[in-house]
Formats: sequence, C-alpha cells, structure tokens
Amino acid sequence: MTLAQQLPALAVAVPLITAPLAAAAMVFHRRHVAWLVAATASIASLAIAIALAAGVDPVHGVSYEVGSWPAPYGIELRVTSFSALLLMIISGASALALLAGKASLDAEVTMQRRPYFYAAWLLAVGGMSGIVVSGDAFNIFVFMEVSSLATYILIAGGRDPRALTAVFKYLIMGTLGATFYLIGVGLIYMMTGTLNFADMEARIVDVANLKPILAAVGFITIGLALKAGVFPLHVWLPNAYAWSPHVVTTFIAACSTKVSLYVLLRFDFLVFHGSLAGHDLQFSGFLMPLAVLAILVASGVAIAEGHVKRLLAYSSVAQIGYIVLGASLLTANGLTAAIVHFFNHALAKGGMFLAVACIALRARSLRLDDLAGIGRLMPWTTAALVVAALSLIGIPGTAGFISKWYLVVAALDEGATGIALVAVVLLSSLMAVAYVWRIVEAAYFRPPAGPDLAVRDAPAPMLAVLWAVALANIWFGLRPGLPLELSRAAAAALMRQIQ
Amino acid sequence: MTGAGTILAALAIPLAGAAGIAAASARPNLREAVSLVTSVALAAAVWSLLPGMLDGARPAVELFEVMPGLAIRFEVEPLGALFAALASLLWIVNTVYSIGYMRGNGERNQTRFYVLFAVALAATIGVAFAGNLLTLFVCYEVLTLSTYPLVAHQGDPRTVASARVYLGLLLATSIGLLLPALVWTYRATGTLDFEPGGILAGRIDGEAALLLLALYMFGTGKAALMPVHRWLPAAMVAPTPVSALLHAVAVVKAGVFIVTKVVVYVFGTGFLAAQAGSDWLLYVAGFTTIAASVVALRQANLKRLLAYSTVAQLSYVTLAAALYRPAAEVGAALHIAAHGLGKITLFFAAGSIYTASRKTEVGQLDGIGRRMPWTMAAFTVGALAMIGLPPTAGFVSKWQILSGSLEAGQYFAVAVIVVSTALNAAYFGPIVHRAFFRAESPPVAAGHGEAPAAIVIALTASALLTLAFFFFHGPALELAWQMFRTTG
Repeated sequence: MTLAQQLPALAVAVPLITAPLAAAAMVFHRRHVAWLVAATASIASLAIAIALAAGVDPVHGVSYEVGSWPAPYGIELRVTSFSALLLMIISGASALALLAGKASLDAEVTMQRRPYFYAAWLLAVGGMSGIVVSGDAFNIFVFMEVSSLATYILIAGGRDPRALTAVFKYLIMGTLGATFYLIGVGLIYMMTGTLNFADMEARIVDVANLKPILAAVGFITIGLALKAGVFPLHVWLPNAYAWSPHVVTTFIAACSTKVSLYVLLRFDFLVFHGSLAGHDLQFSGFLMPLAVLAILVASGVAIAEGHVKRLLAYSSVAQIGYIVLGASLLTANGLTAAIVHFFNHALAKGGMFLAVACIALRARSLRLDDLAGIGRLMPWTTAALVVAALSLIGIPGTAGFISKWYLVVAALDEGATGIALVAVVLLSSLMAVAYVWRIVEAAYFRPPAGPDLAVRDAPAPMLAVLWAVALANIWFGLRPGLPLELSRAAAAALMRQIQ
Repeated sequence: MTGAGTILAALAIPLAGAAGIAAASARPNLREAVSLVTSVALAAAVWSLLPGMLDGARPAVELFEVMPGLAIRFEVEPLGALFAALASLLWIVNTVYSIGYMRGNGERNQTRFYVLFAVALAATIGVAFAGNLLTLFVCYEVLTLSTYPLVAHQGDPRTVASARVYLGLLLATSIGLLLPALVWTYRATGTLDFEPGGILAGRIDGEAALLLLALYMFGTGKAALMPVHRWLPAAMVAPTPVSALLHAVAVVKAGVFIVTKVVVYVFGTGFLAAQAGSDWLLYVAGFTTIAASVVALRQANLKRLLAYSTVAQLSYVTLAAALYRPAAEVGAALHIAAHGLGKITLFFAAGSIYTASRKTEVGQLDGIGRRMPWTMAAFTVGALAMIGLPPTAGFVSKWQILSGSLEAGQYFAVAVIVVSTALNAAYFGPIVHRAFFRAESPPVAAGHGEAPAAIVIALTASALLTLAFFFFHGPALELAWQMFRTTG
C-alpha cells in the first residue's frame, strides 16, 4: 500500500500519536516543545486533509479497512467529500489557531499545564477527525468521547474561574447528548445487528418502522442536536465559548459543533430518510421551526449582549440555525448551502474570534465598553475583524455571501414557505449588521477611555495568520472553488436516499 | 491600451491611489499630490474609452466565475460610460476642493478621508462598468461600506447616530429588497447579465413583474425614492466635499443609474410599457419630487435644503425612467449628468460659505454675495441648473424629459415637472436674492472674504462645466441614444 492509500488512517493517527509526545514534552523543561509538537502535527493533519479533499471520489468516497479486515466485520474508515471538507475545517482551524495563538496561550495557560494542554488539544483534533472519517456508528461514539473530554480540558485550561462552571454545564449536557446517541445506536444494533453505516443502511429497511428504531431516531437526533448546540439545546454554548482561553474559542467555534452536525446529517439523510416512512417530513417539520427560532432569537440576544465573546457565541447559535435550516429544506441546493456554510462560517467566525484573541492581549476586558477606541490602538487587528465580520453578515464578495446565496436560492424553491424563510434570512442578516456594528462603533467611533495610548498592535505571528484568514474570507467569496465543489458532492451524496 | 485593459486600469487606479495616499500619510503635501494625480489618471483612463464608445465599441472583461453562470464581469455600455465619465471628471475638481476645505477647516483624520474617498471612487467606477447584476451588487455594497466612515467622519455622537441611519437604511434596503430581486431574476431567467432590450420579457408576468420592479426600485436605496430617502439628509453631517461628490454625484447617481439600467437592460422599456400597472413607479417618483421640494422649501439649514433638493431631483431621473420610452430614458441619462454638475456646484458653494464664515443657515446669508462674489455667482449657476433654465445643464435634460413625457402622453409627468420647477424657483430664488440684494444684518460679522483659493478654483470650474454642458451636450446625447441602438 502506498502512502496515499493510508491517508484516511493517518488523518486520525497523526494527532492521536503525537498527543502523548506533547505530554512527554514536560521532561524537556523547555517552554516551546509542547506547542511545537501540537503545531507541527496540526499542519501535517492539514496537509493530509487537503490531499484527501483533492483526491476524494465525489460519488463513493474512499474506504479504508483498518488492519485489512473487511467491513462490516472490521473497522471501516470512509472519507467522503463531506468528511474531507470537515477534516480541512478541523485541522485548518487547529493549525491556524496554534500558529497564531502562541502569545495568547502563553499568557493564559500556566507553564505546568502546557504539556497536558497541548496533548488535550491534539486529542481533540484526533477525536474530531476520527468522528468524520469513521464508517462505524460505535466508533463515532468512542471518538466523540475522546474529543469531548479533551475539549473540556481545553475550555478549563485557562485562568478564568468562570470557565469551570461553564465547562461543568457543558460536561453534563455533552454527556447527556453522547449517552442519548449511544442508546440510539444500541437500539439500532439490537434490531439490525450491525454498526457499520453502509451495512446499517441496507439492513434497516427490514425493521424500519418498528418501535425500537423509532425510539433510536429520537435519541440519536436529540443527542446530536444537544452536542451541536441546536436551539433550544444550545444553553451550554455561550459560556463555554466566552470563558475558555481565547485561542481555544477560536478553535472550537470553528469546528466542534459542526462535527456533531455532520453526524446528525449523515444519520438522518443516509440511514433514516430512505427507510423510515415520513421521516424526512418529520425531520424537516421539527428542525425548520427550531432553525428559524435559533436564527431570530439568538441574533436578537446577540444585539443586546455586552460582552464580545458572548455576543459572537450567540451569533454562532444563530449560524448553526442557518445550517439546520438549509438541511431542513431536504433539497440538494439547501444541503449545499448548509454544508458550504460549515466552511464559510468557520472562516468568518474563526477569524473574528482570532481577532478577539488579539484584542484580549491589549484591552482591559472584552466588554464592548472597554473596547472604545481599540480601532486606533490596534488598527490592523480591528480592520481584519471588520473583514471577517462582513463575511459573517454575508456581504457580497465575502465567503458568507456564497452560503447566503445558496440558502436563498434553495428557499425560493419552496413556494410560499420559502418566501417567509427568505424574509427570515434577510432579517437576520440585518440583525447581524446590528450586532457587528456595535463592535465597529465601539472600536472606531468612541474615543479611548484612558489617555492617548501609543499604537500597540498584536504580535506579528498573530497578525499574519489573522490577515491570512481575513483575506481567505474574501478569496473564498470570489472563488468558492474547492469548498463549494466538495459541498455539492456531499449534498448530492446525502440526497441519494431522497429522490 | 485595449478596452479590457482600460477597464481594469480604471478600477485599479483609485485603489492604487488609496494605497499611495496611505503610504504618504506623514507628508500631507505628497499625500494630496497623490490624490490629485490619481484622480487625473482615472479621468484620463475613463475618458479614453469614450471615442470608441461613440463608434459602437463595448469593451468588456471577465475576471472570474464565482458560481456557475455568475461571473465578476465588467462591460462598458453607454449609460455606464456617461456616469463614469461624469464621476471621474468631477473627482478631479472635488480633489482640488477637498484640499482647500479639509485644510481650511483643520479637519482630523485627513489620510483616512482621502483613502476612503479613493476606494469609494473605485466602487463607483465598478458600479458604472458592471457587466452583470452580481458585479453591480458587489460594487454597490462596497460603495455603501466605504462611504460610511466618511459620513461618520466627525465622530461625535450626533454624527455617528446619523451615520447609523445612513448605513442601516442603505444596507437594509439592499440586503432586504435588492438581493431578493437579484435571486428572483436569476431563478426566472438563469442569468444576471445586462442585455439591450432586457432579459425578463416572457419570463415573468403580471403582478409578479410589478412586485419585482418594486423590489428593485426600493431596494436601490441610493435612488432615494420615498420612503427610503431618509439616509440622504442624514448623510449631510459629513464634511462638505463628501456631500458634494458622493451625495450629489457618485453615491446618489449610482442609485438612479441602477434604476435606469434595470429599466433599460433588465426589464426592457418595451416590456414594462406593455405591463398594465407598471406606471405606479411614475406616481411614486412624481410624489417624491413634489413632496421633497415642499420639504426643501421649509429647510433653514442650507445643506439639508440641498439634500432634499437632491431627493427631488433624483426622482426626476426615476420619473423619466418610469416613462418607459427611449426618449425619456435618454433624458434620465442626461439628467444624471446635468444634476450632478449643478448640485456639486451648489454643495461647493455651501462648503465655501462655511469655510469662510462658519455660516450654515439660509437666514444668515444676507448680503454674502458681496463678500463672496465668486462663490455666490457659482451658486446662482447651480440654482439655475436646478430650476432648469438656460444657459445651464439642467435645461438640456429637462427638455429631453419633457419631450419624452409628451411623447408618452403622460400629462401627470408634465404636471410634476412644471410644479417642481416652480418649487425649485421658490426655494433657490430667495437665497440668491438674499445674497445679492439684501444688506448684511447687524451685527455685521467680522470681516471675511472669499474662501481659500483651492475652493474658489474648484467651484468656478464646476460652474463653468455646468454652463458648458448646455452648449456642448451633443456627444453626451449621442452616447445616451446608443442605449437603444444595437451596434456591432
């Protein structure tokens, strides 16, 4: 077997194997070793993800048999267009956050904790990568636990004591979600005798409308919705984002909820929709109203929020709503909009949280009132924040516009409901303008509170990565290329059960 | 240079200029020189396209495809060429004026001002040259976003509040109405390209066509059709050069330019003329003209008066476009130019008065014509253009619109033009009268004369252009008629 054929396994193995190395770095008594290991491993993962994304077969994906045991008996990894896109998001977010965030992490994570912290970081990357390449429902659960436990450590890894209560809430709700998922998978196993997705897809037809399967659908959908922060199961999210170390927020806001959404879409579209009578309508009927509520309520809360990170966290809840809304349309266009928004939202929100991490190095606090005049103090950082924010709003010429365009086009296919949905999307775009503009006005049009301070922008590595992300928002707005192609292929693959 | 190269140059020059201005931040003289050179270079590039345009050339360049069938694409057609020629020419004059004004008033953040001004001009050229609705929309939004900091320039709470109205209304209409109109058009026709004769005929019908027209017309907030005109008076908190070039020429004209362009190249005049009920636009535009003129009549602040006058005059263009007749569309195109020349002169004069005397209210202008003869002479020329009297630019376009409405048999439009001419005379007449024929009211202000030389040069130049357009409008008229000629 050539190296290229081993890529699916390497995507998971590289971060998992390097994690203990990062922890072992404590013996070196050097300050940077753990970070170096984590950053290098992340970059390697990113390279693997890009190689996979470029080479993936849009129809069948790439299957990998662990230990050469054939599926359904052995463990199967399956890389589809959808998982390749997710892999890029996960490893890209990790690599960029680590490259940029050293100064910020050094300030927030104490020396003794650092090796464990970076080990946990790599475990989170490995766990999430495992979820998206796994072809087996139980392995997904295992990887979900690995990534969740690691993420709890990351969130609580900083100095802010508020993170401890936030992470406890997340832990309780995340565990509930994972347990629900496991119960659902158990019920399916009981009825079909398999855990392999492809196998399950074929066998579930025989037992489709029996009660245990219906119960399994409920458990799996709700469990994953909990982990994905789908409104109204999002309550763990704002504080977990707000009080974790800033660079951690950048990383998890870009990818962690999306991984659960990935599993949700995969289960509902590939396993349930084809076999359960009326499941598609139920899926759409439950999730569409929730998505609309998420979009409107969370945007409204964001407008009233006084802390930048909580504001952006609520914005994330609204953006998850966009993804769910696109999926609930049950059309190829709707799914394309949802899936390309995985990528575009990661770019926009990751960029904004990274800018916030830069600002946190200089500002007294991240309350809007304390950001007065920060545009003058940190011109480059603030300008990049604005570019990413424009993408979040969906201004044409930015990545966010591409998702909005597809979402609106898809919604218009739905007749009268569609026009109402378009109205919701447009209204929420304006709400996004409102909450983003509160940041802009504080940063640019209010005089700094203290005496005139000299310009002290963020350190060069942070700025370089931040601007790379900001410009990527424009690049992918004008040339959506690879992410859009992967999203279309992923949407087509998910739609194959509903025609 | 090829046509495509010239288009790219016209887009790149202001952006390169913006970078140069930012780099020269520490040396004001160099910075202003860069501004001036950039504006001259832009005008040279844009005007070099015009002879070819008159011969029927339609240079185009496609940058890249964003989504299948949707590209970022530029194509110069007669209307856009006219608009770009106007904006680029007046940018030179305005740059001279800005230098006098910004220095004369000791404004802060001058580098930011010049940089964003250049970016706004790039966006304006992008709007003018856009080859499809998507490109147009992108440039339209860039124009909104780049002018917001210019409006909020002063930075005090009142200014920021006004700037918020500006941004909020323009973004809300464009995202809330114009974008759905685009998506709808795309779904109905599968294209967003501009075609002579329109793309919608036969694809959409009846009430749907009327609704789509409404989405376009109100979605183009910059055209200031009532009730989405409120951003324009709000924008008057900006420094006067911004009001002059952007809120008399570039931004507002981008709005009515889109209105005309959508009528001619997206719907097609023949298609709209045949639609029952499509004359609602005529009535809304007519109402806006009269109502805004009445409001202008009651304004005490000179810049606010000019702003409402602009709202009224913009609706002239929309009114002309809404006649759905080639002759009237030509009138609309000419009025974009004619009003631009006249109104920039008026704003220059208002800024000149403020710089020399700190006066902002109409009531304070008694006898000022004797202290500032150049300024007030230019103001008079601008006022004549607004009223539409010869020998000014306003006469040419008004004539064309009037003949278009007679041809269409739309006596409502004729009545609107007559009434609004009277109203224009009623609010500009007294100002001219005060300035030249009333004595200064005591206490006589400390002696002041004319504004700085740069200001006087600029406003004299724009007044002369207003006069020149009356005598030499032949090529512009020819170009405007080419909207309806299919040339190879």
